[in-house]
Amino acid sequence: MFEAEIHVTLKKSVLDPQGDTVKGALATLGFQGVTDCRIGKFMVLRLAEQDPARAKTQVDEMCRKLLANPVIEDYVFRITEVVE
Amino acid sequence: MKWGVLIFPGTWSHQDFAHVFQDVLEVEWGYLWHKETSVAGYDCLILPGGFAHGDYLRCGAIARFSPIMDAVVRFAREGGPVMGSCNGFQILCEAGLLPGALLRNDSLQYRCRWVHIRTERCDTPFTRTVPPGQVLKIPISHGEGRYYASPETLAGLRSNGQIVFRYGTPDGQITDEANPNGSLENIAGICNEGRNVLGLMPHPERASETLLGSEDGRLLFEGLLAGALPR
Repeated sequence: MFEAEIHVTLKKSVLDPQGDTVKGALATLGFQGVTDCRIGKFMVLRLAEQDPARAKTQVDEMCRKLLANPVIEDYVFRITEVVE
Repeated sequence: MKWGVLIFPGTWSHQDFAHVFQDVLEVEWGYLWHKETSVAGYDCLILPGGFAHGDYLRCGAIARFSPIMDAVVRFAREGGPVMGSCNGFQILCEAGLLPGALLRNDSLQYRCRWVHIRTERCDTPFTRTVPPGQVLKIPISHGEGRYYASPETLAGLRSNGQIVFRYGTPDGQITDEANPNGSLENIAGICNEGRNVLGLMPHPERASETLLGSEDGRLLFEGLLAGALPR
């Protein structure tokens, strides 16, 4: 059994008004040192899969086909073995 | 000529389209539930606005995998006219029938109001009866309508003449103030390279009668009807 933690964020070239607004709010709170803020999605999947390489290939395919939109988003993920 | 109005779970503009077809234009039409697998017998397909599949994950991301979409893609690839408005535009982008994507409005707020869009191209089946440069008054109603495409895609859209509508002032000036959502180059609607697939954020079905404040949206349906050849 594997667990996949997936981060999906807007590409650097895509304006993130939500991130900019949060950055502004942080500055108002006194956190002047925040130079950038990007908001994305975090997903956790459990896979009934024994082989780490196959798990990785599957998650990558899931990201490309559904979980992220390659036109606007980038993704990174990490796979860890789960011991029941 | 028979119009097919698609319904996904969460679609909300289908009845407005049905009203226009039934009572205003008095043409043949039918609903197509997203679980159906054939669009046989229909001459034009409409993907209405709403929140298909709750807009979960991304707008249109799940609707793209609804069973009917294979038939829609085949219909479009064979040159059949397809129009997606609002959420329908988002679905067409996710399905790869139109380039680019629609992102959260730059204001981060839902926008429900009248806009003016300038007709940039009259060489699509939908806009063929619209005079070039004509400004149409049509409402928008969306939270995620900021059109985005990579610089290369945008260059392709420009050189192929695929930018069909731009947000502007009532007299047709393309300004930042007239852009309701931060769309690149004020883009309100685009077509595919084959010109038979049109996506736009505004709602033409809500502007097809004087009683509702504008008849301009009707032009898009009439354009298609004018070009319909007897089979």
